[in-house]
Amino acid sequence: MTINLMLLTAMIIAALWTVMGRSLLKASIGLALTSAIITILMFRLDSPLAAVFELSVCTGLITAVFVSTISLTKPLTFPEIKKLSKDRNKRFRYLPMIIILVGMALAYINLKMDFSAVREALPEGAHETDVRNVLWNTRQLDIFGQIIMILTGTFGVIILFKGTRKR
Amino acid sequence: MPSLLILMPLAGIMILNFAFGRTMKRSAFWFAVVLFLIQIILAIFHHPVFWSNELEMVDRFFNVSFSMDYISFIALLSIGIVSLVSLLVARCSIDNEEDRFNFINLLVIASIGMSGIVMVKDVFSLYVFLEITAAASFILIAFWRKRRALEGAFKYILLSAIATIMMLTAIALLIVLAGDPSFSVIKSALGRSSSSFMVTLAVGIFICGLFIKGGLVPFHGWLPDAYSSAPAPVAILLAGIVTKVVGIYTIMRVMISLFGFSASMGRVFMFIGALSILVGAFAALGQRDFKRMLAYSSISQIGYILLGFGTGTTIGILGAVFHFFNHAIFKSLLFVNSAAVEDSVGTTDMDKMGGLASRMPITGATSVIALLSACGIPPLAGFWSKLIIILALWKSGHVAYTLIAVFASVLTLAYLLSMQRRTFFGKLADGLEDIKEAHTRIRVASIILAAITVLVGVFFPLMFDNFILPVKDILLR
Repeated sequence: MTINLMLLTAMIIAALWTVMGRSLLKASIGLALTSAIITILMFRLDSPLAAVFELSVCTGLITAVFVSTISLTKPLTFPEIKKLSKDRNKRFRYLPMIIILVGMALAYINLKMDFSAVREALPEGAHETDVRNVLWNTRQLDIFGQIIMILTGTFGVIILFKGTRKR
Repeated sequence: MPSLLILMPLAGIMILNFAFGRTMKRSAFWFAVVLFLIQIILAIFHHPVFWSNELEMVDRFFNVSFSMDYISFIALLSIGIVSLVSLLVARCSIDNEEDRFNFINLLVIASIGMSGIVMVKDVFSLYVFLEITAAASFILIAFWRKRRALEGAFKYILLSAIATIMMLTAIALLIVLAGDPSFSVIKSALGRSSSSFMVTLAVGIFICGLFIKGGLVPFHGWLPDAYSSAPAPVAILLAGIVTKVVGIYTIMRVMISLFGFSASMGRVFMFIGALSILVGAFAALGQRDFKRMLAYSSISQIGYILLGFGTGTTIGILGAVFHFFNHAIFKSLLFVNSAAVEDSVGTTDMDKMGGLASRMPITGATSVIALLSACGIPPLAGFWSKLIIILALWKSGHVAYTLIAVFASVLTLAYLLSMQRRTFFGKLADGLEDIKEAHTRIRVASIILAAITVLVGVFFPLMFDNFILPVKDILLR
């Protein structure tokens, strides 16, 4: 439990670093780190298939796509980064306080979400279902969906980033 | 064979992009035209040979199985018509061949996504196709990479991501409860435990996610920015069909085939519908940008669909389905007109226009037809669907909502007449003396849509008996 909590805290820090970071490249590394911590959490929560997918798709593939996309953009100059960073910090200066206040409020009202029905409904050994069976025998349509999604992403990169550096 | 509506366009895109490279770029337009025409013809004639038979080898190989009913036919017909019109407008508003090729690819992908939403019968595949449509839409909005468009796309991505998280959580809960993602299994599982906290939570967050995707008040923040900043053909696609399919159609589908209609959900739909009607109409009154005003008008008109659906009565749901189709047509027509004006004048600021009807007679005349249909003036298509919705509200005893629907029609007339007066009527504004009518393809698109609006209104019994009335059978199942 303690390790899970530590991992959750690390994941939140990595996620915050991703969205608050100054450079796009560092943000994509932060995202990969967040995904890697989620992978460890999933392994610990006894979901090895979900963990493997998280590791291969999010940590691997998505990071590779982000890094190659970022390479097509023009990096900001140091003064621009400094100005953006200053503006961002100004905009988010209340965020830590809001998080602390919400946390205190939740602790005060002792919110307990009853998800016992979910635990009871989960079939025993559901994680043992063969992933090949799921992907190739029951969910082919969703594989199609993924192919179309990757195509969409490719067009997105071509339309939004190709030629940006040139301009 | 309905799977061909997904597989054919996908195969076409693959061939155009990977097999023939640049040589096929010019054929892309005609490929998409043929694709959308086939979809329109198949949806109009809905012959059982195509829709009921499986393409055994292909379907078994890809393990795809779709389900069709009369609401699906209406939605597929609307998708085909609006996509075709958007394509015609894109042909003349996107000059660069490379850009046009990319646009056509994304348009076809968006139409695959929408057709998938309409035909799937399992909740996870529904989610996959919703995301395909949304992803294609983000890129289409930001197509020209202008600051406002990027901002509109970013807002859409953010709110859509929130909606996605909500829907995915709901889907996970539903699959845990039912053990299977198919509509029929989930529906029977929900029937056994309809009052549990889990079911209420799953249904609530799923519908909230769809409210965001559909741009309904109070989740409409992204919609005016996205519509007004998107390129003309994209605005036609978004306002004409995308938000309606990902929002309203999906709400109808999940309520009919998945969750089952309940009186409490009906009350929520009617309240959100009425709120959208009023907020959209009042906000439209104060706009000076043509496209932004139409965006708010869309929110208002989508409210009518939800209001009719919320009654839960057969006549109310028929009215909602009919208004879904009519709104797709007349709103696309108004956006085509805005594209024509933008193409000729170079702006959508109505304060800089005036008297354009004398220089753009076809755009001016078709705009009047769309306006009258939107306001519910007989005998145009919009009159009949609004009349059915108002009758359903009255007959189900919702007097206050009936009055809101009638009052908002007057508001619609007010803001659309104001648009017509400022843009097309009166004395020609200074500096617009050399303005010419829009490109032929834009005129063709507006004439097609205006003709549909008039014909559906005049031949209302034919349309109602063949397309709308059979929806009743689905509700009785």
